[in-house]
Amino acid sequence: MELKTSYLAKHVRNLQPSGIRKFFDATAGMTGVISLGVGEPDFVTPWNVREAAILSLEDGYTSYTANAGLPALREEIAKYIENYFCVTYSPDSEIIVTVGASEAIDIALRAILDPGDEVLVVEPCFVSYAPLVTLAGGVAVIVQTKRENEFKVTAEELEEAVTDRTKAILICSPNNPTGAMLSKNEMEKVAAVAKDNDLLILSDEIYAELVYDELYTSFAALDDTRERTILVSGFSKDLAMTGWRLGFVCGPEEIIKGMLKIHQYAIMCASTMAQYAGLEGLKSGRKDVKEMRKSYRQRRNFIVQSLNEMGLPCPNPEGAFYTFPCVESTGLSSEEFATKLLQTEKVVVVPGNAFGAGGEGFVRCSYATSMAQLQEAMTRVKRFVDNL
Amino acid sequence: MKLTATEIEIAEILEKDARLTNEDVAKMTNLSIEQTREIIKKLEDQNVIVRYVSLVDWTKIDGHQGVTAMIDVKVTPKRDVGFQNVAERIYRHSEVKSVYLMSGTYDLSVVVEGHSVNEVAHFVTQKLSTIDGVISTTTHFVLKKYKHDGTIYDSNDKDKRIVVSP
Repeated sequence: MELKTSYLAKHVRNLQPSGIRKFFDATAGMTGVISLGVGEPDFVTPWNVREAAILSLEDGYTSYTANAGLPALREEIAKYIENYFCVTYSPDSEIIVTVGASEAIDIALRAILDPGDEVLVVEPCFVSYAPLVTLAGGVAVIVQTKRENEFKVTAEELEEAVTDRTKAILICSPNNPTGAMLSKNEMEKVAAVAKDNDLLILSDEIYAELVYDELYTSFAALDDTRERTILVSGFSKDLAMTGWRLGFVCGPEEIIKGMLKIHQYAIMCASTMAQYAGLEGLKSGRKDVKEMRKSYRQRRNFIVQSLNEMGLPCPNPEGAFYTFPCVESTGLSSEEFATKLLQTEKVVVVPGNAFGAGGEGFVRCSYATSMAQLQEAMTRVKRFVDNL
Repeated sequence: MKLTATEIEIAEILEKDARLTNEDVAKMTNLSIEQTREIIKKLEDQNVIVRYVSLVDWTKIDGHQGVTAMIDVKVTPKRDVGFQNVAERIYRHSEVKSVYLMSGTYDLSVVVEGHSVNEVAHFVTQKLSTIDGVISTTTHFVLKKYKHDGTIYDSNDKDKRIVVSP
């Protein structure tokens, strides 16, 4: 029997699929492609971390863990957060191990939003933020950062978007896709807006370890801000563990308690072997992170200079592994640029508008790719731009 | 000798890939090409960068597979010069690729390359063991190189990532 109507909920029907998917499909079957379109490290998870997962399987640790995650892992996370982020969280009541940082953001939004509550989403940003707000019954209010501010959000821009329904600011620094990182001073201004309007700060700090010039500051570490901050991070980027889907969230006890209810019903617990792997990653002192950071820094310097030289202006991103060059000088839109570049030179970049309307005129180039590939990619992009 | 952080970084970069142009190294380190050239020259002049080499996998080439042996050598040290004299007499042979003074049960570790087992055997019996001061030798032939100087041979570590991800 044919169905007359869709069974899909209206808000799901109205949800747009990620613009990135289209480019993924376009590359299918092509050979000789160099991808600068990948949002994950080109390193493989360090061997000691992989081995820890294998050993956990050999030892038969294949059952559920506590909902909030292995107690030992939460303790290591608390230690790590204290050392690196300079904030203290109780492993017993203020930390949840999640299925990637993505889950952490999802359950945070679901925990705090009543229908119609507004969240200020700072764009350009990771593709899932606004859809997750919508799915949680909230309203995503886009705050567009500006190129002249190097895509750093200002207090004024936030203040303008605040209404009496606003509940939280969702922000990611260092940022995907722009690589922009707020200084401590700039963060304090954002925190002041949150304080003045009694808002939560949902802070995606997944790239915290991948900063190259300045010391990293967490929102939760700012004076008088911890109690209104939900700190989201994970193992994907710095330990190159994207496929393991392992993240964590720290926050004030009341909010974490609420989130844990959703987590326990929707997820139960993060994958046990991934948790053992993460535990080893934290215990081994993240010795590989230093080497990765050094390598990313060199590649960043290389790609930023190369792009600027070929007339695609690009500020120096202070963190993450993305550059966000402007392609307006070519007369092409973001999508045209990315499509033509793929067709003629087989280099994948992601159109900036996939990360929000404010990304139009830009493309995201990831430098999480070997130097040899980056060199070849820059040669091809230059040839493409010169021949336009 | 003390080097600056930047000088060390350039040495590390070139150690990984000696074929990078000065221009690329300059970009990677945010220096001018001139500055980069000067640092590289300094590293070369001071013999910090000793030589630029390529890692060639000869086992792929028919007729050039050759054999490598690692030889543990026990030596009687000589007054005033210790092991130096014997080490010198060993490393002057062109088939000797490296010589290390070791802690433990033997003294010198010698790596020798030759075209055949016979050739290496000839070297050990005729040249090496007859050197004054050499007490004994234990020869180990390399059967397969899996990893050499930090590089995995025949690694199938292809990029397994999907081409586009958020």
